[in-house]
Amino acid sequence: MDYLLTEEQKMIKELAHKIAEDKIRPAAAKYDISEEYPWDVLKVMAESDMFGLFIPEEYGGFATSVFNLCLATEEFSRACGGIAVCYAASALGTFPIVLFGDDEQKKKYLPDLAKGKKVAAFAITEPEAGSDASGIKTTAKKEGDYYILNGLKHFITNGGDAETYVVIAMTNKSKGARGASAFIVEKGTPGFTFGKKEDKFGIRASSTRELIFTDCKIPARNLLSKEGMGFIVTMKTFDMSRPGVAAQALGIAQGALELAVKYVRERVQFGKPISSFQGIQWMLADMATEVEAARGLVYSTARMVDAGIKDVAKESAMAKMYASDVAMKVTVDALQLFGGYGYMKDYPIEKYVRDAKITQIYEGTNQVQRNIIALALIKEMAKI
Amino acid sequence: MNIVVCIKQVPETTEVRINPETNTLMREGVKSIINPFDMYAIEEAVRLKERFGGKVSVLTMGPPQADGALREAISMGADEGFLVCDRAFAGSDTWATSYTLAGAIKKLGAFDLIICGKQASDGDTAQVGPGISTHLNIPQVTYVKKIEEATDKLMKVERMLEEGFEIIETPLPALLTVVKEINEPRIPSLRGLMKAKSAKITTFTQKELQLDPQQIGLCGSPTQVVKIFTPTPRVGGQMLTGEIPDIARQLVDLVRAEVN
Repeated sequence: MDYLLTEEQKMIKELAHKIAEDKIRPAAAKYDISEEYPWDVLKVMAESDMFGLFIPEEYGGFATSVFNLCLATEEFSRACGGIAVCYAASALGTFPIVLFGDDEQKKKYLPDLAKGKKVAAFAITEPEAGSDASGIKTTAKKEGDYYILNGLKHFITNGGDAETYVVIAMTNKSKGARGASAFIVEKGTPGFTFGKKEDKFGIRASSTRELIFTDCKIPARNLLSKEGMGFIVTMKTFDMSRPGVAAQALGIAQGALELAVKYVRERVQFGKPISSFQGIQWMLADMATEVEAARGLVYSTARMVDAGIKDVAKESAMAKMYASDVAMKVTVDALQLFGGYGYMKDYPIEKYVRDAKITQIYEGTNQVQRNIIALALIKEMAKI
Repeated sequence: MNIVVCIKQVPETTEVRINPETNTLMREGVKSIINPFDMYAIEEAVRLKERFGGKVSVLTMGPPQADGALREAISMGADEGFLVCDRAFAGSDTWATSYTLAGAIKKLGAFDLIICGKQASDGDTAQVGPGISTHLNIPQVTYVKKIEEATDKLMKVERMLEEGFEIIETPLPALLTVVKEINEPRIPSLRGLMKAKSAKITTFTQKELQLDPQQIGLCGSPTQVVKIFTPTPRVGGQMLTGEIPDIARQLVDLVRAEVN
């Protein structure tokens, strides 16, 4: 389908495609096995200006464009969902600074992030605060010109490898959700260490670690926005980043579909390529249609965000939920088309199934997305 | 350091087929790319510029669409693109091509270094680079796999041989042809692509270059293509079995039958 991309968008898509084919695809299996952070690939992305796509021009990027981020993330994910998430998670960690940072904070952090010299991460999840973010136990206590952070974050993508972290901590527990605040914390700050690195089912090229804060003293000027804005920062960040996760899911689905179409044309059974069987053809037709529908939803949502439309929570949730559900279904069907070979690690398709699964879980489980969508629908009806 | 890189736009070879009736290349719908060996030349030139400063000019001879190859080189970090394009140059063989490119290089002004890929993936002659150096009367070092040292006066390079390599020191200006071992060409940056899109490409025609009409195009090309054909595929051999005297007898019979 022609999405009437501008010349610049086509350029970004083609460049990301080239990076994916030349650098990501050949490295995908290696990093899936080794679970090392793919610094060499991220360096290429950085040199190609890919980290500037979600950062304003005055801070060394091109423009804060969720759509451009989605184009790049989709192309990267076609080749490897794990390497792509290292990139997309840096956007997630950067958005709070872009959205809520003051000029001093932006000047200090964004230029290095735009150049890809540093990678960012966003930290809200805790062992007892997943979907229920109100369960956050990490605290930030103000002492003079400093905040003292204590607590544990876990499942943090880019954890340990990122240099710049945005951390959500409670500044006033008695206020519940309104007592959370967002802070920029730099790697290397005394009292900020890393714990367990997770051994994951999929997206194994990306790092997922615990962040441990033990009397970690950070300057008060690292507070983003105001005290009590932590959840607003989080929600607005997720509105921007969910299309990116949706694009990751979309890319994984597209990549699996392409591999499947290629394989069924080559695989001969009963004397002919299995692509000649109608049962196979119908599967492919359904897969392709669902991928295209997901793409339409993701692109439209990203364009809404870029157009500055304020309330995009429902559409962002729909795009993330639908694209990730499609990714799961399409990758499983693609593996089915590979038959027994698909189940073997010698073939690349099983990795797509593993990589797809997380997209239904992180940045709000798909059940939470459905809550957001339903709540928006009910609210809209109540207004009529 | 002012560097001129000579490149050629070629069909993506993996996609080219030959029309069995006319024995000509079926170029319709085949993507054009920069000759893969020239990518190493562009990369090396840009690296030298990043180390020593100066500028990288990219030069090609070809039809108007070769403009795309020059823009791609600019997206990788080259500064300027020059297209030698005129019907008068059509049909040039490697001699006329190298004469014409040498003429264009003279027009560009002073330079320290010319870099070419070791050969083009379509013609595979490896003659144009050395030809240019001959026409310009400057030293040439072919099959360079590493630049060991470089100053504004001389360059020390490793030149690949069939077994091993030799180290050659050459005064500048000189011409190098490079092999793929020399570097890994970069993926362009988005800023580079944007710059390349709006870059001005200068076109040189015979009017600007004023070359000797007897030495350009088909008329200036000593090479004559008499016939192009697809070699007939080799048929499988025949295995003879048995004791050695038996085999010898069979072989003699077969040769006799063949001769008769």
